[in-house]
Amino acid sequence: MDFVPFVLTVITASTPLLLAATGELVTERSGVLNLGVEGMMLVGAIAAFAAASATGSAILGVLAGAIAGIATATIFGFLTLTMLANQVATGLALTIFGIGFSALIGASFVGFALDPLPKLNIAGLSGVPVLGAIFFGQDALVYLSFGMLSAVAWVLTRTRLGLILKAVGESHDSAHALGHPVILIRYGAVLFGGAMSGLAGAYLSLAYTPLWAENMSAGRGWIALALVVFATWRPGRLLFGAYMFGAITILQLHAQGWGVVIPSQFMSMLPYLATVLVLVLISSDRIRIRLNAPQCIGKVFHPAQ
Amino acid sequence: MIRLEPRGEVSRIWPLLTPLIAILLTLASGVAIFSAMGKDPGLALYTYFVQPVSTIYGVTELLVKAAPLVLIGMGLAIGFRANVWNIGAEGQFTIGAIFGGGFAIAFHDSDSILLLPGILFLGVLGGMVWGAIPAYLRTRFNANEILTSLMLTYVSILLLNYLVHGPWRDPGGFNFPESRIFSASAMMPTLIADSRLHLGFVFALLAILVGWLLLNRSVIGFQLRVVGQAPAAARHAGFSQNKLIWYSFLLSGGLAGLAGVAEVAGTIGQLLPTISPGYGFTAIIVAFLGRLNPFGVLLGGLVMALSYLGGEIAQIEIGLPAAVTGLFQGILLFFLLGCDALTHNRIKFSIAGRFVRI
Repeated sequence: MDFVPFVLTVITASTPLLLAATGELVTERSGVLNLGVEGMMLVGAIAAFAAASATGSAILGVLAGAIAGIATATIFGFLTLTMLANQVATGLALTIFGIGFSALIGASFVGFALDPLPKLNIAGLSGVPVLGAIFFGQDALVYLSFGMLSAVAWVLTRTRLGLILKAVGESHDSAHALGHPVILIRYGAVLFGGAMSGLAGAYLSLAYTPLWAENMSAGRGWIALALVVFATWRPGRLLFGAYMFGAITILQLHAQGWGVVIPSQFMSMLPYLATVLVLVLISSDRIRIRLNAPQCIGKVFHPAQ
Repeated sequence: MIRLEPRGEVSRIWPLLTPLIAILLTLASGVAIFSAMGKDPGLALYTYFVQPVSTIYGVTELLVKAAPLVLIGMGLAIGFRANVWNIGAEGQFTIGAIFGGGFAIAFHDSDSILLLPGILFLGVLGGMVWGAIPAYLRTRFNANEILTSLMLTYVSILLLNYLVHGPWRDPGGFNFPESRIFSASAMMPTLIADSRLHLGFVFALLAILVGWLLLNRSVIGFQLRVVGQAPAAARHAGFSQNKLIWYSFLLSGGLAGLAGVAEVAGTIGQLLPTISPGYGFTAIIVAFLGRLNPFGVLLGGLVMALSYLGGEIAQIEIGLPAAVTGLFQGILLFFLLGCDALTHNRIKFSIAGRFVRI
C-alpha cells in the first residue's frame, strides 16, 4: 500500500480520538471524571450533521457540534458539580441519554449524505509530493485538533490558569482555601470537555463518514477516555496515543486488502483489545499512575460551610 | 443561587421518594417531548405505559423482559454497593448466551434431560469467565474495570457476530446469519400456556431472594456495604478490596450470563447477531432505580421492562422511533441522580440575601 494514502487515513481516524481525549484530559485535570464522552460525541455528531444539512454550511455544522457538546456537558456539570451527584453514574447516564437522543433526532437524517468537510488547498504547497497532501491538504478540524492540544499543553504548563486548574484537581480543599473558585473552574473544564467531544462528533459525521448512522461513534468516546489514562494525563503522550490507535483502526481496515485471512470481526476487535492491553501496561505501574493521576479525580467537592 | 449543604443525618424518606419523583419528572418530560414531536401526549403516554399491560399476555411479556433486567440489575447492585463498576454486563450476557447456545447447537439432536441444565450451567460459567477478565486485570494490573469491562462488551458482540455468520450458521438457513433453532429439550419450559413467560423469571425472583440474603445475612454482604458506605472503616477493619472486586464481578458476571442464556434458551430459541436491546446497560439504571436494594431492583426491573414494551408498541401504533426508549432511560437516570442529592443534602436557595432551606 502507498504511504501517503495510509497516513491520510490514519489522520482521519486519529483526529476524533485526539479531539475528544484533549477535552477529557482538561476535565480530568480539574478533578472531574466525565464518562459521558461517548454520549457527548454522538449528540455533537447529529447536531453537526443536522445543522450542516439544513444550512449547507460546514462551519455552522462544526459550531453546532461544539455547542451541542457544551449543552450536554452542562447537564453533567449541573448534576455533579451543583447537585453533587456521583460522577461515574452521571457519566453513564449521559452516555445512555446521548445514544437515545442522537438516535431520535437522527431518525429523520438516515440515508442523507453531505459533502465532506473541505480540505485546505494552498496553491503550490498542497501539491508538493508526499508532504503537501499530509501537511497542507487537511480539513480545518485536523489543524484544530493539533492547535487545541498545543494550546492545552501551553495553558497547563505555562499559565496561571493552568496552575489553578491543576491545583483544583490535586486538592480541591486547598484550592478552595486559597480562594480559587473550585466549582467555577470545574464547570469551565467540564464545558471545555463537552465542546471538544462535540467537535469530535462533528468530525465523525462531517468528515470521517459524512453521513449519520445510529451509534456511529462505536466506542471511540470510551477509547478516548482510555487514552487519557494511557497518556498519564499529559498532552504530549496523548498525541502519540491517539495516532497509535488511529493507526490500529486503519490497519484492521486494510488487513483484508493485504491478503490477511482473519475474519473481519476479529480484525474489528483490535482497537478494543488494544485499549485493554494499553490500560493494563500503563496501569500496572501503580506508582506512575499515583504520581500522575489528579488526586481529587471523581471526588465530590463540598464547599466548606 | 442554589447551593447544597449536608444534612445532619441521612433522610429516611428521601431514598424511597426519589425514584417516584424521578419517574414523575420523566413522565412530565415525556409529555414535553411527545408534544414537540407533534404527537398527542395523552395518547402517547397511554400507548407507552398503560396499553402494554392492559392484557394478560401483555403482563407476561412484561415479565419476560423484566427477567434479564432483574437478573443483571441484582448482580450490578451488589457490585455498585462496593464501588465496583461492572459496566460490561452486556458482554457477560452475550458470552453467557454464546456458551450456553453453543452447547445447545452442539447437541441439537439430543433429547437428554441433562441438556438444559448443561446449557444453563455453561451460560453462568460464560458470564463468570467474561466477568473474571476485568476482575483479574483490575486486581493484578490495576487496570480500570469500567473501561476494560466495556471494551470486552464490544469484543463479545463481535464474537457472536462472527459465530452466527460463520461456524455456527444454520446449514439449512438459506445463508441468513442465524444459528439453527434449538431443539425442544434445550428450551426452558414456559410457565403460562400461550405465553412466552419462561423459567427465567423464576430465576430472577430467586436471584432477588439470594441477593437479599447475601447483603443482609452474610459476612461478605456486610463487607460490601461497609466498603461502599465507609471506605476508611473498611480499610481499618482489613477488608480485602481485591476479594470484593472478584466477588462482585463473578457474581454479576454469572447472573448476566444466566440472563443471556435464559434469553436465547427461553425467549429467542436460537442465536442471532443481536440478542439484546441493551439489557446490560439498562440494568445499570435498574440497579440505581432500585436504590441498590434487592426488592427495589425487582420494581426497577419492571419499570424499565415497561419502557421497552411500551417503546415497541408505540413504534408500531403511533410511529414513535425506537430511540425514544433510550432517551427516556437516560432522562430517568438524570432525574434519579439529581433527586438523589436530596438524600444526603438539603438545598439552600439564597434569594436577595435571605436563605431558604428545603
